[in-house]
Amino acid sequence: MDTNQYLEMFLEESKEHLQACNEQLLELEKNPDDLAIVNEIFRAAHTLKGMSATMGYEDIANLTHKMENVLDAIRNSKIRVTSEILDVVFESSDALEEMVIDIEEGGSGKKDVEKLVTMLNQIEAGNSPLAVVEEKAGKSESEEITGGLVYDDFEQTVVSQSVEQGFNAFELKVILRDDCLLKAARVFMVFEILEKAGEIIKTFPTVEQLENEEFDNQFTVVIITKEDAEELKAKVQKVSEIEQVEIRQVQFHTATVEVATTIEAPVAGPVTQPAKQTAKKEPTPTKRSSSAHSANKTIRVNIDRLDVLMNLFEELVIDRGRLQSIATELQNAELNETTERMTRISGDLQNIILNMRMVPVETVFNRFPKMVRQLARDLDKKINLEIIGAETELDRTVIDEIGDPLVHLIRNALDHGVESPADRIAAGKPEEGTVTLRAYHSGNHVFIELEDDGAGVNRARVLKKAIERGIVTEEIAETLTDKQVAELILSSGFSTAEKLTDVSGRGVGLDVVKSTIESLGGHISIESKEGQGSLFQVQLPLTLSIISVMLVQMQKEIFAVPLSSIIETAIIQNSDILNAHNQRVIDFRGKIVPLVDLREIFDTGLPEEPEELKSVVIVRKGESLAALVVDSFIGQQEIVLKSLGNYLQSVFALSGATILGNGQVALIVDCNALIK
Amino acid sequence: MTTATENNVMKTIVFRLLDKEYAIEVDVVQSIEKLLLMTITRIPGVPSYVKGVINLRGMVTPIVDLRNRFDLPEMEYNDNTRIIIVNLENFDVGLIVDDANDVIDIPVNALESQPEVVGSVESEFVAGVAKIEKRLLVMLNLDNVLRPIRNVNADEN
Repeated sequence: MDTNQYLEMFLEESKEHLQACNEQLLELEKNPDDLAIVNEIFRAAHTLKGMSATMGYEDIANLTHKMENVLDAIRNSKIRVTSEILDVVFESSDALEEMVIDIEEGGSGKKDVEKLVTMLNQIEAGNSPLAVVEEKAGKSESEEITGGLVYDDFEQTVVSQSVEQGFNAFELKVILRDDCLLKAARVFMVFEILEKAGEIIKTFPTVEQLENEEFDNQFTVVIITKEDAEELKAKVQKVSEIEQVEIRQVQFHTATVEVATTIEAPVAGPVTQPAKQTAKKEPTPTKRSSSAHSANKTIRVNIDRLDVLMNLFEELVIDRGRLQSIATELQNAELNETTERMTRISGDLQNIILNMRMVPVETVFNRFPKMVRQLARDLDKKINLEIIGAETELDRTVIDEIGDPLVHLIRNALDHGVESPADRIAAGKPEEGTVTLRAYHSGNHVFIELEDDGAGVNRARVLKKAIERGIVTEEIAETLTDKQVAELILSSGFSTAEKLTDVSGRGVGLDVVKSTIESLGGHISIESKEGQGSLFQVQLPLTLSIISVMLVQMQKEIFAVPLSSIIETAIIQNSDILNAHNQRVIDFRGKIVPLVDLREIFDTGLPEEPEELKSVVIVRKGESLAALVVDSFIGQQEIVLKSLGNYLQSVFALSGATILGNGQVALIVDCNALIK
Repeated sequence: MTTATENNVMKTIVFRLLDKEYAIEVDVVQSIEKLLLMTITRIPGVPSYVKGVINLRGMVTPIVDLRNRFDLPEMEYNDNTRIIIVNLENFDVGLIVDDANDVIDIPVNALESQPEVVGSVESEFVAGVAKIEKRLLVMLNLDNVLRPIRNVNADEN
């Protein structure tokens, strides 16, 4: 089967299901008794298994299958949730994620999952030897076709509880015709009917065996429903190729139930709860279908298509500009009116199109809880991660870039920020550290903050290190404010960890984070109180596809300088220019700033008459400044950023291009390349 | 031979540079534009045959002057000068040519490898030549003509 066309969908959905798995697993860890969560995970794993088997990714299918078995056992209270079990399940979901990513990158999605499979098998088998025995017993009995199934305590409780609440429990024996070709399909059809009527609590043989057609020509299903026996029987019999349906009410001898409950008294507490839930779920199928309906109101659109839409729209904007100038020339009132309306409508359209490209930061944040859990374990710390404002929206392009820097910051906060439990108790803090990840909008920016209640930045230690590394001199060090000191940890060549851990001490410091954020047109700052914790604040532009620039003219050419790197513009006199070695510099507010003549760099030619005054744009890259000489300033404008394409790869000092109102292309200056 | 032509012909766009005629497969051609209607924005620091970029219906598209690329003498652009927009696998590029006004079917078996001397065009750019009636058409190997411009920087300055 050619599955390529489904691959993209498969990948998207797999990721969603894995994400759901992870989130629910974390939930489960907090409430190990809540079997509804297990059900959620089970559902996600089950869908994933089905999809991967269809797509031919056997390792994924195999692993999810085993995971499902364990979850099933938990669901049926055969094994209890312990952190060891969760660890293995987490590990499995990690492995699944790796495989999915491998497939996405064009790999085969193969991975050695033997070890995990064995571990899962052990959990499943090791903790529930009873189940195995029971299954055998059931088998021998049904071989004699007595029709009676063996129920474990849990199932008995479920049945008796639902009977109490006015439900009926039936045992349906379905016998397929001998010449039935698609046994699994018939089973599926029967299940579909039954699931509509009520809740299936048990099948013999097991669902997996039924799916794999590992049964003769009959199977038994136990269902809890409000419908009556005849109705149910008639419905099932409508499925073709079914020979016979036998239905009988499930009843236990009260004595056995009583014995079971008294023996299992300590277990009964948690068990009754899920039983109620199973029963409760049943009468609300209409509600569920309505919620499914609302979920269908969103559709997936390829980001490329939105880009095409955006391009077409920009063309419209350019033509709108032309129309406007024609209208002003002609002085025709009606034409003017129409163009004005068009301007308003296209403005609204622009907002809508830009909004469509916005994605909630959740897509980045949602992998952090699991990462924090794992890290906290590795580091032997107790950490609670709080996420606030995950629904805050950011442009897709920013979202794609912001993940790695945030991972770095979180690792840093966990490793260097939050102290070990012992230290925390000694400092009079709660044993568990709190790390808060917060996102919110403010003006044209999005802020992402990471706050921890850890040790904060140790001024003396940071300064000592900074002086050792030659980042600051001792004289300057004394004059620095606490904030400035804290921000020293962002400078390159700095790493305060006294011993290197594999968590955050990989030799790559926070300076990488800083430069990534700055390359996105953002800004990072730190506030820290020693002993009370630190706050890392990242400020990001809402979108990267539309940026504010200063348009400058050099001879006949127009270039755009991003406002995010401009400090200010100035007009200087020739006499202000000094020669330092072979470099021309100016004195700008007490700082020596090198002068770069953009007209020479970009080869635009110089004005014919020597200038008395020079227009300069002061730009920065991190802490370093440069003064770019241009002919004149045109003004500030919002522009749509466009790449130069794959033919022109890495052109010096240009980061892209944009289309101006008159339809011409203007190039965007990459100030980072001009400053060494 | 005439019976099997349908599957064995290659539809090509024929264009002129100086006095020679060149052909490229019609499949890669997106459109043909009049150069004089376009404004080319120069890009500093790239090889001289890259004339700059144009705004092609909202897409920023680089433009390559084929005369310059093939080291032929340059000439003033006039009313006949065309930009042929070609879509290659990873990018779109516009080619400046003297004239483009013909679509010709070239039988595949009429295509010969390049004879020793065909002109000043370097052989790596040529995929083959075809003689159709009295015209000699040079098929171009666009992948070689349009190799991505990498690591251009102003260090030489």
